[in-house]
Amino acid sequence: MIGLKDVEKVYRTAEIETLALSGINLDIREGEFVSVMGPSGSGKSTLLNVIGLLDEPSQGTIQLNGQPIESLSEREQARIRNRQVGFIFQTFHLITDLNVMDNVEIPLLYRRMSGTERRTLALKALDRVGLTSRVRHFPSQLSGGQQQRVAIARAIVGQPRILLADEPTGNLDSQMGEEIMGILTGLNEEETTTIVMVTHDSRLAEKTERTIRLFDGRQVN
Amino acid sequence: MLKNYIKMALKVLRRRKFFTFISLFAIGFTLTVLTITAALLDHTLAPMPPETMAGRTLGIYRVEARGENLHVRSSPGYRLLERCLPNLPGAEAVTIFSNHTSVNSYVEGRKIESQLKRTDGAYWEIMDFHFLEGHPYTEEDVRNANFVAVINDRTRREFFGGGSAAGRTIEADAQRFRVVGVVADVPIYRNNPFADIWVPTTTAKNDLYRSQYIAGFTGLILAKERAAFADIRAEYQTRLSQIDLSELDYENVDVFLSRPETYFEAASREMLNTSIEDTKTIYLFAYVAGLMILFMLLPTISLVNINVSRILERASEIGVRKAFGASRLTLVGQFVTENVILTLFGGVIALAASYVILIAVTHSGLIPYAEFEPNLRIFAAALGIALFFGVFSGVYPAWKMSRLHPVEALRGKML
Repeated sequence: MIGLKDVEKVYRTAEIETLALSGINLDIREGEFVSVMGPSGSGKSTLLNVIGLLDEPSQGTIQLNGQPIESLSEREQARIRNRQVGFIFQTFHLITDLNVMDNVEIPLLYRRMSGTERRTLALKALDRVGLTSRVRHFPSQLSGGQQQRVAIARAIVGQPRILLADEPTGNLDSQMGEEIMGILTGLNEEETTTIVMVTHDSRLAEKTERTIRLFDGRQVN
Repeated sequence: MLKNYIKMALKVLRRRKFFTFISLFAIGFTLTVLTITAALLDHTLAPMPPETMAGRTLGIYRVEARGENLHVRSSPGYRLLERCLPNLPGAEAVTIFSNHTSVNSYVEGRKIESQLKRTDGAYWEIMDFHFLEGHPYTEEDVRNANFVAVINDRTRREFFGGGSAAGRTIEADAQRFRVVGVVADVPIYRNNPFADIWVPTTTAKNDLYRSQYIAGFTGLILAKERAAFADIRAEYQTRLSQIDLSELDYENVDVFLSRPETYFEAASREMLNTSIEDTKTIYLFAYVAGLMILFMLLPTISLVNINVSRILERASEIGVRKAFGASRLTLVGQFVTENVILTLFGGVIALAASYVILIAVTHSGLIPYAEFEPNLRIFAAALGIALFFGVFSGVYPAWKMSRLHPVEALRGKML
């Protein structure tokens, strides 16, 4: 499903070079729930961004569904992000000017689809996270947990095969965190969605099938 | 997709009120000035009653006489026009009329100042005046030097209150005329038809004008079609070249220039103060376009700046959209659409403001008999300007924004 071979990521400025990832080799099967752990600055988010085509590796190859992504144009990469990947961020990244329904519809705007179809799929996704009663609310009118559930609905509305979650519970209390984790586990078990989740919480990592540990940009397990 | 762009644009405008106000003010103010300028140019230069046939009309508006220590630019004289205009090939009609002059009248001890124009009978064929009562005077009236007059609505009110004027007598420039017709007021910026009182040329107090080549008159040539302009101009130049320069009103004239011009050519020459030889309408186009661009440039640059900072405020949104599949081109489309919608709102505000200002100018009496009202041509011009504005000030910020790296954008970092 997801294959990384000898992936390296270096950030260069005029003065310094920072090695964010080095010698990463990974194979993640379809339907697997993988957690990524490591101290701050160990390259967890960079790994997630590279897998999700938000960032390019400096060296090495990445394959999604057996397809190498290096040679793809910006537009083709955008299409893959739209169709195959869903992102969940620690700080939710909901658009404050839009209500819940409009936020959830965002990935569908970049597909050929009628407004009715979009609304139907968005309502289905909101139902999956238990938020159908809040469709006209704005993000500022929701609790942190509710906002993250909206963000999950946005991530799954386009029915991607891969979910990339960057510390999805990092800004939530433990109870809310459990709820979010429950939703992610459900998605993985019931719909065999492949999930890669960055977390600092070893209790949450224990609930996943496998944990990848990073230290100074390298795999340590 | 477009529907969503529009929806998003409206939401952003509603929720960011201060930015919306600043942007709309800048766009609205600029477009108001441009729309009013367009309206003034339109009312001054475009064919409209009584100059409905202006499109196939040439005029002799200017002569130039040069010699040693001599350089005269003036309107043509009657003698020149009388010699050069009759029976031009391709001409349907020609008219010779005086420039309007200020004359005084006294009614029951009250002084009335009016603009008087002396014309031939053909003047009324070339000009499409709206007669409120009566009729124009004829060529026969002119030949017989009948003391008849056509007056405008304002003069009728001044002399006769609200009553009928046809058949009654007015006194102007110490002469008495019988009114044969009353026409609607014509604004002062339409120079050819403008006057308060029109009387036959032959009623002039003396015949001096008949011998003058320079000053005091204008000639118009109504061509059968625009294609005849070249023949008319060529024949006019032939006739002009046959004039013995020693006959002119000034001595030692070496060069005597005059040429039939369209109204736009004449306006171009007047506005740019060029010689008859150099008249090129492209200069006026370039001049007006240059001024307009210059005028639009400053607010556009400000808008570009506002837009860049506004868009970069939305860096996180850009990151999210990119993460969920928006390509650079899609994002450029979205932000340009937002900008175009904003400027179209500005355009609507400007149109309303221009309408109010033009109506106010019309009723203020600042410009005699002005009747400004925005028409479809002006609306189209304003719309065109608004769209140009929207695209021009939106493309660069949108392009800059679309280049944001999604990871940096999600972190809220700018370029």
